[in-house]
Amino acid sequence: MEATKALSVMTARELTRLVLAREELFILDVRNENDFKDWKIEGEKIDVINIPYFELLDGVDPALDQIPNGKKILVVCAKEGSSKFVAEQIAQAGRGNVHYLEGGMKSWSEHLEPVKISDLKGGGSLYQFVRIGKGCLSYMVVSNGEAAVVDTLRMTDVFEEFAKSQGATIKHTLDTHLHADHISGGRKLAEKIGGTYWLPPKDADEVTFSYDKLEEGQDITVGNTTIRIEPVYSPGHTIGSTSLIVDEQFLLTGDILFIESIGRPDLAGKAEDWVGDLRETLYNRYRGLSQDLIVLPAHFGKVSELGEEGKVMAKLSDLYGKNPGLNIQEEAAFRRTVTENLPPQPNAYQEIRQTNMGKITPSEEEQQEMEIGPNRCAVHN
Amino acid sequence: MQVDLMVDTKGLACPMPIVKAKKALDGLTTGQVMEVQSTDKGSVNDFQAWVKQTKHELIQYEEENGIYKFFVKKI
Repeated sequence: MEATKALSVMTARELTRLVLAREELFILDVRNENDFKDWKIEGEKIDVINIPYFELLDGVDPALDQIPNGKKILVVCAKEGSSKFVAEQIAQAGRGNVHYLEGGMKSWSEHLEPVKISDLKGGGSLYQFVRIGKGCLSYMVVSNGEAAVVDTLRMTDVFEEFAKSQGATIKHTLDTHLHADHISGGRKLAEKIGGTYWLPPKDADEVTFSYDKLEEGQDITVGNTTIRIEPVYSPGHTIGSTSLIVDEQFLLTGDILFIESIGRPDLAGKAEDWVGDLRETLYNRYRGLSQDLIVLPAHFGKVSELGEEGKVMAKLSDLYGKNPGLNIQEEAAFRRTVTENLPPQPNAYQEIRQTNMGKITPSEEEQQEMEIGPNRCAVHN
Repeated sequence: MQVDLMVDTKGLACPMPIVKAKKALDGLTTGQVMEVQSTDKGSVNDFQAWVKQTKHELIQYEEENGIYKFFVKKI
């Protein structure tokens, strides 16, 4: 009886809150060594070890030796089954405060946490959606019963439900570029709710569906209070990459500029061609914008980029001071940095691009698997 | 190939395919071959890692209509 009491389930949402609150946790990850090396749960006060579950079939003693007493314990696997199996034995061995992750890394990969960034001048609000397991960020602008979603993720239900809770109808979905690390939910969501899907035309050469052209010089309005979304052409991560200025205060950079890094130019196979665009955007175009803008990127690479309550944001002028990618004065050195020694490419990135172009239509389960792993859109990870 | 023991784990989710396979392998003698059938996609990576770690030999692996077949020789 005591053993069952000591064992509880932890949801991805509970784990997210714990990471954001910087609480202590000891994680035993029982996936294969390769999967663990590729991608794991991270947090400021999280200790994590890896012992594949099949090494614990004869008993959990090898794990017990390494698990500190008195700490909250979470056992994690790919889907749930083997973590529950191992966690039960750890609890039976007399350890307390033992949890297993509901739905495993699959559920961790898909959890989205909405965080309010700010009220807007005209009375609306801006929200950031933190996909903490994968490091993706989406945004929702809400004003006077209308909403626009930027860089919508595949889990479109979350956005629909959130808009509903705000009493808003989604009118627009926008992609800052053709994504290579995650499957966009923008088109699906726009079709479902009868909204408009916006995509930069230069990234849409090969797409198989209709869309509205996200181009500089054309504002998108949300709500009666006129929260403007102003596109700024900013190529470099892709040829079409377009940033958005919301309410004259926030710069949504897509995958061009992150808090601690800059975008990589190689995911469409054109690093050499696009490196010049990337430099031009970061060192000239963005320099010409108001330095008081608050940068809101489409990704984070490290948990250190998560600020208070999980918000990922920074003032543009601060990034020009601190972000290493904005401080490579010599062009040749910049070229080397963004084309050589890049991290491995995101899982299934070519298939993900094909999916986002509408060229292939994988099943839900295939889509889940394509997205497993970290985002890897930055030069430094 | 001569198969000495067939282990059917079809329909079972992780960790059961490997739990069953391990139990079956414990009962074999050196040189004998077991065939494990699974419908769990995750078992593909797990089987390879498990066989490697336990230092037995994965002689063959094949997939047919969503059924994964592993042939493991006890060393």
